[in-house]
Amino acid sequence: MSTRLSSAGRLLNREAAVKFNFNGKYLQGYEGDTLASALLANDQMLMGRSFKYHRPRGVVASGAEEPNGLVNLGQGARFEPNARVTTTELFEGLVAESQNHWPSLEFDIGVVNNYAARLLPAGFYYKTFIHPRAAWKHVFEPVIRKSAGLGRAPKSRDADRYEHFYAFVDVLIIGGGIAGLQAARAAGAAGVKVLLIEQTPHWGGRAPVDGAEIAGKPAGDWIRDTLKALGKMPNVQIRTRMMGAGIYDHGYALAYERLSDHAPDNDLPRHRLWRIRAGQIITTTGAIERPLSFAGNDIPGVMLASAVRDYVVNYAVSPGDRTVVVTNNDDAYRTALVLKEAGLEVPMIVDARPDGGGALAEQAKALGIRVETGTAIAKVNGGKRVTAVEICPQAGEGKSMTLVPCDAVAMSGGWSPVVHLWSHCGGKLIWDADHAHFRPDPDRPPLGADGQGFVSVAGFANGAMGFGDALRDADDAGKAAAKATGGTPKRSAAPKAVDVEMAPMAPVWKMPQGAGYKLRSKMWLDFQNDVKVSDVQLAAQEGFESVEHTKRYTTLGMATDQGKLSNINGLAVLADSLNAEIPQVGTTTFRPPYTPISMGAIGGEARGEIFQPLRRTPTHDWAEEHGVYWEPVGHWRRAYCYNHKGESVEDAVQREVRATRASLGLLDASTLGKIIVKGPDAGRFLDMIYTNMMSTLKPGRCRYGLMCTENGFLTDDGVVARLDEDTWLCHTTTGGADRIHAHMEEWLQTEWWDWKVYTANLTEQYAQFAVVGPNARKLLEKLGGMDVSKEALPFMAWADGKIGGFDTRVFRISFSGELSYEIAVPASQGRAFWDTLLDAGEEWDITPYGTEALHVMRAEKGFIMIGDETDGTVIPQDLGLDWALSKKKDDYLGKRAQERSHMADPERWKLVGLETLDGSVLPDGAYAVVEGDNENGQRKTEGRVTSTYHSPTLNHGIAMGLVLHGPDRMGAVLDFPKVDGTIVKAKIVSPVFYDPDGEKQNV
Amino acid sequence: MLILQCPCCGVEAEETEFAGGGQAHLTRETVGASEENFEAYLFMRENPKGVHFERWRHANGCGKWFHAARCTVTLEVFGTYSAQTTRPPNEICDKITARRPGWSLKDWGSGKFA
Repeated sequence: MSTRLSSAGRLLNREAAVKFNFNGKYLQGYEGDTLASALLANDQMLMGRSFKYHRPRGVVASGAEEPNGLVNLGQGARFEPNARVTTTELFEGLVAESQNHWPSLEFDIGVVNNYAARLLPAGFYYKTFIHPRAAWKHVFEPVIRKSAGLGRAPKSRDADRYEHFYAFVDVLIIGGGIAGLQAARAAGAAGVKVLLIEQTPHWGGRAPVDGAEIAGKPAGDWIRDTLKALGKMPNVQIRTRMMGAGIYDHGYALAYERLSDHAPDNDLPRHRLWRIRAGQIITTTGAIERPLSFAGNDIPGVMLASAVRDYVVNYAVSPGDRTVVVTNNDDAYRTALVLKEAGLEVPMIVDARPDGGGALAEQAKALGIRVETGTAIAKVNGGKRVTAVEICPQAGEGKSMTLVPCDAVAMSGGWSPVVHLWSHCGGKLIWDADHAHFRPDPDRPPLGADGQGFVSVAGFANGAMGFGDALRDADDAGKAAAKATGGTPKRSAAPKAVDVEMAPMAPVWKMPQGAGYKLRSKMWLDFQNDVKVSDVQLAAQEGFESVEHTKRYTTLGMATDQGKLSNINGLAVLADSLNAEIPQVGTTTFRPPYTPISMGAIGGEARGEIFQPLRRTPTHDWAEEHGVYWEPVGHWRRAYCYNHKGESVEDAVQREVRATRASLGLLDASTLGKIIVKGPDAGRFLDMIYTNMMSTLKPGRCRYGLMCTENGFLTDDGVVARLDEDTWLCHTTTGGADRIHAHMEEWLQTEWWDWKVYTANLTEQYAQFAVVGPNARKLLEKLGGMDVSKEALPFMAWADGKIGGFDTRVFRISFSGELSYEIAVPASQGRAFWDTLLDAGEEWDITPYGTEALHVMRAEKGFIMIGDETDGTVIPQDLGLDWALSKKKDDYLGKRAQERSHMADPERWKLVGLETLDGSVLPDGAYAVVEGDNENGQRKTEGRVTSTYHSPTLNHGIAMGLVLHGPDRMGAVLDFPKVDGTIVKAKIVSPVFYDPDGEKQNV
Repeated sequence: MLILQCPCCGVEAEETEFAGGGQAHLTRETVGASEENFEAYLFMRENPKGVHFERWRHANGCGKWFHAARCTVTLEVFGTYSAQTTRPPNEICDKITARRPGWSLKDWGSGKFA
């Protein structure tokens, strides 16, 4: 069993007991425990079930690389799935439950997959469920989805706060082991600004557990002294619980700080995402121990040798009473020594190397531990817990020679430098055959804007596999990075550390060497995704020769741990199967983040009301007070309609339309774009931007214009007013204001830069209201101040003047078909003018209307709407707007494109009106169908609906649509299928449903 | 997240402040152009592995367009320059050649400047 030892535990506070809850049971740990160590102390080795076969799983590692120990953490609004037990610090009241099992962790139905494992090899889903095609969507996928997935998604809104933080430093050092500390000290002493971050709560990394002596003192003392020295450097900042998540172009790095995961009741944000720009980055991220591949290496109780050591030394927890150590290197002997020192049994050290180990092996032997060289584990016995291992020669096929009863196995397949961060931004790797691992190639670093390397790696992460080497390496890296960022490194030597003599490790990718299929199909590579040695071999056999293809076919390394333990072992097996060298096979791509970071941290403060900026028109508050139903339009909020008490949105829209047509309506059109184009070449410029001739527009007059992209497609429309000889005011759509302004600037700056024109976007400077309806003129005359008569201000004219004492610019333009004045006032006077219009208009029952009434009225008039009738594939000719394409101009943006064969094709669908035979409203986006199927087996179509409304004026459904030969087929009846399978019949009519001669607007 | 310097306002800023605008030094084709030339102008773009000339806009800054000479593989930035020119300035080309010996403007853009 696993249990708490009587020793102190390096990281524990035995004075502070902590109560927590796992799967409904109350358990006890101590301050300083991780959830993993506390569970082990309570003999809770079984922590979850595997993803595919639902095999029982216990913790394997002690840090961020843990693949198995994943739990649902917290409850309600603080619930989070897939929390790693090894990186979850214990706190009072912690609630966790194991995941991926039903009905319980101890007894799980899904484990039947395990017994069917032979039937579920790599690629099983791809091969089995491909036929019949239709069955995937309706049968296979729903069933597979139900049993797939790890953990479950939270249901409540996250109760915690998150934030982003920006930092700019000369040298960023990621990893707070002894190498990181020394690099920070060397760089800090050179006077540059340094940020040192460490993902765990503790400084010093593995050195204290592994018994390092630095500068003549125990590692713990050296770490304490170094922290003290760093504390005295004002240019050095150090942070724990902060992981380097990713390194990106030009010195950009993301770091993920967990401020209150360990103390949920403090007042801080939960996570903070640091967005760091660094001159130089040093990664001192250490190395991760590799598992060995032997049959049953996933049975709870089989752990990394270093993790076993960590639990004993750091947390005073013994993973087992009798631990067999299995290794291909000397380092794992440290675990045997630590276990022995703690009074625990080590029945055997199984060393795969024929010649065995060096000095540490001698120490082990001196303590009376049985060391068997050239041997291997043939098989682990046990179900939910290791009960024994069967020993065989490594060179053989796995015939068991000895049975060694034990309840834990400590395995070590060697160490792999953590090269993730180096690789994120293009750093290349080299294969180090001596240690059988990839390490950074210093000649091919990630490059900065100046073409020079901006990332260096030091210590074990750089393949310096001894304390002394690591410290020297880190000292050099710290000094070099400081120098590169303008510092002056001190002439001091790195501290010395004594390293024991180690015998060479021997690569062991399979245990035993000649294991048959039966054993290989129980050798786990990827514990979390259940990928075995046999799966990778099958992938190779089936032709997945690229490591990236093998990864996707087998899902090796695709779990939440991203293959931190499985990567090298997997590609060694692949290389062996392909009869290739490991460096030739190469690694998969390392991508950020290093370990998963919370969605909350990525979002930061951008949630709720401050998710994005909100643009308010001057009548925003009035609308809020008068039953507004908002429609978001870009960042704007526009009134969709104003509901009277108890009135539905639909009813409000109908009422607003009727009131406007009958008497007087009022629209806030302030969001429409208003761009000033001015200069001696402004006319010439606008003739290029618009399809119409704008240079001939007379001052005082308005003209409706179309804008196309260089592709010929209609992109925006609006009314242009010529203000004076060299000034035009261009109205754009609400959504188009910024885009069209940028479009104009792009052409001015990059094509016609010698033209004397400037532009200014004045959209927010003016409030603009449309006073609409038969009584519109009476209202303005009542307020008085300027002549708004037909003679003084005819249709499509504009004038400056006073109305009701306000400074106004009045445009006689109409988007509703009624007598209409659009009146601009400075934005600061907008609300006052709105109130004045409402007061004065009371006698005509003035009715404020929203965007939907505007849409209905424009559709009744057959006016197009950008975004409804256009979608980026529609040209003006499709919409019957040929009259707006100037024939007199040699050129305008889009003109040449509209001559292309597809654009001039007479088969292009063209705009018509559509009237249902039964008076109903056509479904938006519905297609008109004809007999037969196209080459894709889809029903043939001959048109589609672009806008559709109920017209309160005509009291039946009206629609606009694009139809094949539409304008030539007036009166033809088309079939529009609805989602429910029924068909609506609609007749092709003129798109102008209301006042076709324009008599009402021109009065 | 690249860092670029806007040659118009002089600000050195990161990518979020800028907006990319695709390949630089296109020649506008219009009425009278052959179908082939017009198609090439609309759609055909260089996608070099290495030295490239790009259009950028200081969208969240001074609003001005400019050009950048950049390596698409190493992300090295050789320089930024005014958008109001029809070919990369000599000093920029010299900088590129210094960093990529043997490189010549003739190699770029399907021989546009050959």
